[in-house]
Amino acid sequence: MNGIETLTTGFGFWNPIFWVAGFVIALIITWIIWRRGEATYNTSPSSTGPFLSGNAEPQPGEIHVPGGNLYWGFTQALERYYAVIKPLHTGNLADYMLWYMGITAIMLILVVMVP
Amino acid sequence: MTGMDLFANLPGLLLAVPLIFAFATPLIGRYLPRARDGWVLLGMVLTTVIGLLIASAVFTGGTVAYTFGVPDPSVTVPPDSGGIPVRIIFNIDAMSAFMVVIAVVTGLCVMLYSLSAASRSSGKDGYYTLFLLLVAGVLGMVCTGDLFNFFVFLEIASLAGAALVAFRVDKGIAIEAGLKYAMLSTIGGLFFLLGVALLFGQYNTLNIAFLAERMGTTGLTTPDAVALVLFVTALAMKCGAVPMHFWAPDAYAMAPAAVTAFLVVSSQASLYALFRICFSLYGQTLNTVLLGWFIIILGLLSMFIGVTMAILQKDVKRLMAYHAVSQTGYMLLGVGVGLAVLSSPLLLSNFGMMAMEGGIFHIMNHAFYKGLLFLTAGVIFYRCGTRNLNDLGGLGHSMKWTMLFFIIGALAIAGIPPFNGFASKLMIYESVFSFNPLLSIIAMVVSILTLASFVKVFHSIFMGPKRPEFADVTEAPLPMLFGMGVLSILVILFGIFPEQVVEVMVAPAASALADQAGYIGSVMGGA
Amino acid sequence: MIGNAPFFVAMLLIIIGITGMLTRYNLVRIIISLTILESGVNLFLVSLGYREGGIAPIFTGSPDGALMVMPTVQAMTLTNIVIGLATTALLLSFIMVLHRRYGTCDIREIRRLRG
Repeated sequence: MNGIETLTTGFGFWNPIFWVAGFVIALIITWIIWRRGEATYNTSPSSTGPFLSGNAEPQPGEIHVPGGNLYWGFTQALERYYAVIKPLHTGNLADYMLWYMGITAIMLILVVMVP
Repeated sequence: MTGMDLFANLPGLLLAVPLIFAFATPLIGRYLPRARDGWVLLGMVLTTVIGLLIASAVFTGGTVAYTFGVPDPSVTVPPDSGGIPVRIIFNIDAMSAFMVVIAVVTGLCVMLYSLSAASRSSGKDGYYTLFLLLVAGVLGMVCTGDLFNFFVFLEIASLAGAALVAFRVDKGIAIEAGLKYAMLSTIGGLFFLLGVALLFGQYNTLNIAFLAERMGTTGLTTPDAVALVLFVTALAMKCGAVPMHFWAPDAYAMAPAAVTAFLVVSSQASLYALFRICFSLYGQTLNTVLLGWFIIILGLLSMFIGVTMAILQKDVKRLMAYHAVSQTGYMLLGVGVGLAVLSSPLLLSNFGMMAMEGGIFHIMNHAFYKGLLFLTAGVIFYRCGTRNLNDLGGLGHSMKWTMLFFIIGALAIAGIPPFNGFASKLMIYESVFSFNPLLSIIAMVVSILTLASFVKVFHSIFMGPKRPEFADVTEAPLPMLFGMGVLSILVILFGIFPEQVVEVMVAPAASALADQAGYIGSVMGGA
Repeated sequence: MIGNAPFFVAMLLIIIGITGMLTRYNLVRIIISLTILESGVNLFLVSLGYREGGIAPIFTGSPDGALMVMPTVQAMTLTNIVIGLATTALLLSFIMVLHRRYGTCDIREIRRLRG
């Protein structure tokens, strides 16, 4: 596997060409399976459209899930972490400067005290 | 003969060309407004050609040292100076050349994109002047071998960057971001200068190679250590490492998209300087394990806090800005591991070099895919007039190319094969795993969170039915698509042929960084 | 001892500058503190090059073997003064626009970018 394209990482290797080839083969196999499916399937909207118990389909603007609602569960689960982290980003320039100078001061004390 | 002269003076031209074109732009804009776009594009193309020529010279022939103000620029130490390099020297080794390649390629793509992105705004003269100044500042930062000279270029890049961040006033919010960026950059710059002064007071020189040599003979004194702290914190702040990253989301989000794409490169020039100072200036004279761990911890904090803050964001550019903070963490992690094992040749050759190569490769990959992502965000803002993820939606129907470029960038940043982000992240994971498995696991978790947050962006911008308020949105203009197209081709090429890139550019850059004696020798002669 | 006086003054200026930046909330005052910090750094640079009894480093017409002060730091200081001028001008113009748009110079109120 020591072709010119193989990226050796010291512990393994990574050959994108093979990966792409495998991906293409998988695509072809998928296509073949798809081809063997039912050819007479009806694709008209009457059989593929959404069926909402006979109710009218809502307007496109009404059914879009906006980005802010995604990952609600994730942020909810990490609520206590975010309660600490988010308020740190105060937007106050004085805090920004304090963080920078504070880190510098701590490092200076560490370096001068610990030889 | 003149051809040879021209070739020998390329490093000088690398600075002179963008500066001349920058300062002539207002003049051209005043008297020949129609020629301005062509003029600035010509300037950027010339800079790119010069940068690539220098890089190819360095990658084939080794370090190029260029002395300013002498008949023969390769003479770094004047014969009558008693072995002291008194002049300003550009010391372009493989690591610098690597950064030059990143800066000029990203700069060219961003310039192409700007030509149509800025077409509707006023004050284009100032915009292009500042942009070329920013390019010159970044190129100077990565090429110079002189500490004070570095400070000057750092300030040029900071001032031009801050003015560009505030360029679109945007009801004053962009000014707020520019003010924060300028203020912190200035303080950081002054502390950096204080460090330079501390070193100058002891060694009476500003040349990094000569300083390193003298420091190697005297050992690390307390003022040296104080100067190191001042350098490291100032540069870590400038490259946006948590917990000094607060300016980064503000500035990246409010700058015009093209500028943001290049501000990322400017931050990475600070990152380069951080590595240069740790490896080439201090190197073996200090306890690299401690400093390495400091950088690793900064990297871990950046990765994790950056990505978790990104998940919360509703503004697409602010979200990407937090990802820029997070990705910087990978570079800090990779190179920090290399620094931590620098004093042990066995560990260095076992996994240290690979970690450094991964971190350095990630700098280039990040510049390309993050530039691409910021440009797609800019296109969306250009066409729709909003960056709020809650208002956007259904753009996949009308902006198919933009969507494709976004997918490429998003998969690359999340480290999905076969894009370039995967190659560098794989190198980081595997080498860091043998240093400390926990670090590697955190890095992988951060990658998953990155993917999750880009799925969110993709869903909210492109998916869903066509929204009525964006019914008349059309595909981006051609120059914008071209700029994004070049970057995405690079992203794919670097993903499919990572080994060639690593062999030609990344591995020499990593060994140049680790080889302090070679750096000293390239200026002082006789390593 | 008296020879070190410039360094003490420089350190004092730097400390005054940092304290001012961290404790004041008016942007104009913060920038005044920034210039004080800058003066401190400049003074530190210039005093590094001073040699007691040294003359200006001009070789033309100088006595043989005369002790001269270091010219490098003077050039550095001059450069830093110019850079400081540019920075201060940029920051002050930012403050002017901010005051017009936000109606305040208090950094506790200039924080629309946060979180």
